[in-house]
Amino acid sequence: MTNKKQLQREIAELLLSQKLAVLATQSSEVFPYASLIAFAATDDLHKIVFSTPKATRKFANIKHNPKVSLLIDDRSNNAKDFHDAKAVTVLGAVERIDIDASQKELASLYLSKHPYLEDFLRSPSTAFIIISVWSYYLVSRFQEVMELHIHDENDIPAF
Amino acid sequence: MRTTYLLSEISQDSKIFGGKATALMRLQEAGFRLPATLCISTEAYKQFISGSSIKEKIQLELHRKKFSDMRWEEIWDAALRIRNLFLRQRMQVELAREISNALEKNFAGNSLVVRSSAPEEDAAATSFAGLHESFVNIRGTEPILEHVKLVWASLWSDRALLYRQELDLDFAKSSMAVVVQELVAGEVSGVTFSINPTDATEGVVEAVYGLNQGLVDGAVEPDRWIFHRKEASIKEHYTPQREKFMAPQGDDVILTGLPENKSLQAPLSPEEAVAIYRKAKKIENVFGKPQDVEWTKVGNDFFILQSRPVTAGQDGDKDDKRGWYLSLQRSEDNLKKLRIKIEQEHFPAMKKEAAELAKIDLRSLSDKGLAGELENRLQVKEKWTAIYWEDFIPFAHGMRLFGKLYNDTVSPEDPFEFVELLSNVPLLSKNRNKALRKIGTYVQQRPDLQHAIAAGGAGAINDAEFNRLMEGFISLYGDPFCGTYGDRTCDVSRDELVSVIMQMAGNSTTEKKSQIGKEANKAELESTFLKISKEGGKRARAEGLLDLARTSYRFRDDDNIVLGRIEEQFFRALEEGRQRLKKRHVDGAAHLTARDVLRSLVDKRYKLSGTKAKETPAKQENQHIKARQLLGQPAGPGISRGRARVIDSARDLALFKKGEVLVCDAVEPNMTFIVPLAAGVIERRGGMLIHGAIIAREYGIACVTGVPNAATLIHTGDEVTVDGYLGIVTVGQLDKTISLPGVGK
Repeated sequence: MTNKKQLQREIAELLLSQKLAVLATQSSEVFPYASLIAFAATDDLHKIVFSTPKATRKFANIKHNPKVSLLIDDRSNNAKDFHDAKAVTVLGAVERIDIDASQKELASLYLSKHPYLEDFLRSPSTAFIIISVWSYYLVSRFQEVMELHIHDENDIPAF
Repeated sequence: MRTTYLLSEISQDSKIFGGKATALMRLQEAGFRLPATLCISTEAYKQFISGSSIKEKIQLELHRKKFSDMRWEEIWDAALRIRNLFLRQRMQVELAREISNALEKNFAGNSLVVRSSAPEEDAAATSFAGLHESFVNIRGTEPILEHVKLVWASLWSDRALLYRQELDLDFAKSSMAVVVQELVAGEVSGVTFSINPTDATEGVVEAVYGLNQGLVDGAVEPDRWIFHRKEASIKEHYTPQREKFMAPQGDDVILTGLPENKSLQAPLSPEEAVAIYRKAKKIENVFGKPQDVEWTKVGNDFFILQSRPVTAGQDGDKDDKRGWYLSLQRSEDNLKKLRIKIEQEHFPAMKKEAAELAKIDLRSLSDKGLAGELENRLQVKEKWTAIYWEDFIPFAHGMRLFGKLYNDTVSPEDPFEFVELLSNVPLLSKNRNKALRKIGTYVQQRPDLQHAIAAGGAGAINDAEFNRLMEGFISLYGDPFCGTYGDRTCDVSRDELVSVIMQMAGNSTTEKKSQIGKEANKAELESTFLKISKEGGKRARAEGLLDLARTSYRFRDDDNIVLGRIEEQFFRALEEGRQRLKKRHVDGAAHLTARDVLRSLVDKRYKLSGTKAKETPAKQENQHIKARQLLGQPAGPGISRGRARVIDSARDLALFKKGEVLVCDAVEPNMTFIVPLAAGVIERRGGMLIHGAIIAREYGIACVTGVPNAATLIHTGDEVTVDGYLGIVTVGQLDKTISLPGVGK
């Protein structure tokens, strides 16, 4: 894979094809903490959004440290995954925790992918999280890894 | 793909057209007279489902917990939520157009009947009446499309879910066809069984005046003819008191009084009864199996409305509680009668009996007298418990009946919005709590009295006003600690009551805060609901059902409180007996059962049976397993956090501190006085309309019910967050910097 557009397209397709991602956050005790979440990504790949109840560990971790990583893949739990599956690792930072549903466009993007989460998203006890993506690392063909940088590290807003 | 067909166009494939439609098609081919009929295939259902998020929402709803762990109330709640999903989902334009065109072309605005035609119904095992819904006297394209959706939704009704579970029908593969028929409003209607389900040598004809609906839902008792099956001749004719009949009126079907000339005359002559029985036997020949045939009579002609195989033992075996659950679903008429019985007979009698028992001075009775009194109280308690199950619990269905009507009328975003219209009424629990608070305020203003209580318990207080207040409270409401748990005596419990009273002092803010805005919202919802009902010409029914539901809601609390008083009186006698036996040095007197106590009182040589009163099972503790997040039902909106207080015994209740989270197996009637002190309520027993949920909602306290093993997985002292919006309980400390809506930092 040599061209940026192609890489972008491939990542976008993978993100579109998958409903769930593994989210890694970091607790105050410095342990990484992985959770399964229902996500959606913007077409330009700049943002990834998800929702969580506020009483969860991942939410507490994000409040403590907004830097997160995600893993999204299309494995099928078969041997062919070794040559066939793709996985993308995402680095980014939570840029906004939306509690009053002010991010209407992103919320509707999220609900168009997960319409059954409408009540969940609307609950006053749920937070809508917007991650600003810094970079993608696409792994395919067992060990081929390609990087796509969305932002410079310096662009990541400080919390 | 095409979805709507004439009966003459459909195939025999029940998977596509359902059992009812294919049976009707065969009857039409065999020359029987049927109303004009259209069939909407399962394809329409599939299109509706696949174009929306309903499918996954249903699955989410049904997988909240293991289906086998769901109580009947929870299944009903889930079914109501699912029904609302169908109500709120618009039908796709293409699909709606195809069905509308066919309706307009074939029925031209006539009154119609919309019936379910489930693919499984052809299998004899699932072919019993009323599993899915049918709607009678529906007029106009829009309302018919709405009712088609409701028939689809009834694939997920509580009844259907209860039975589908056992039949192992795959939720994901379920589907539903619909039959739309012209409403033939015959003068007489009925059901004929070519074979009597309880006696194979017989057949049965049942007939009522007017529409069949009255017969099917039990509101009208039919004339009943038993037939010799072989000879097709009448064996017996049972005549009921003919009082009412079902008739279409406006856009509704209503129960009306029968004119006198009709009430004296059977709806069918013997010849007519024989004629319809013979018809059913012919229909049996068409299908090669005994049939249950629904019909209506116009002039001298019988229209066949539907036919299905007869099934025996529809309610399952004796251990199967589903028949009982389903019997809780009462018709409006039945509930109105039940209300009169409860308001005018049961409730006053129950209150009177509790008060009479409270007057008896147990200490003055001889041992024999006490044994007699204990026996009496045991019987009284058993009698009222039986009535509670027989009449009070089914009466709670009034709320559910109203909920369905409300949702059909308003189609609200929140399927439980209707509860708002029922709440904020004077409940016994709330009056009791007010009375407790009054005593609390009295104590709070008197530091000397507080010291005296702290030093010597409530028994040693000589403040006359305090003692008067306490006595007044106990005589009105009883002692909620006494009898709640077997491990406390009633004397000790007095101190515990006082300790709760101390907590209650100055707690009026919670309640007041929660009331603001509630009343205004309630009035607004009510006026919207009644306005829409008026437009549909159904205001009188709407008002009647709302009134019925409010009574039903109030009794959910009041009956529990008074039954609690009866139980208290029983326990007082038991306690007195145990004390006397203890003085006689009877082994383990404090834990003897009522039977052992009363036998020992009269017979000094009586040998104890060795059975001890039930003790609470030991808690399973495992230090390596810990619950972090538990899922239940969102039964009271709000979010809160606090330290858990798990209630195992009266002692735990007495230790309850304001701001703690009440964790229990079930909020017992005698526990509700703790609720206003609680930051949140977590209950193992599930349901949106159960007593604990009603009380929590009255006080605006976050409540999650139906959390399996709540009382064993959560420990006293654990910090818990109760999310009453989503039905989630989170155990463990939260980051204090995280603010939750409505929770003070």
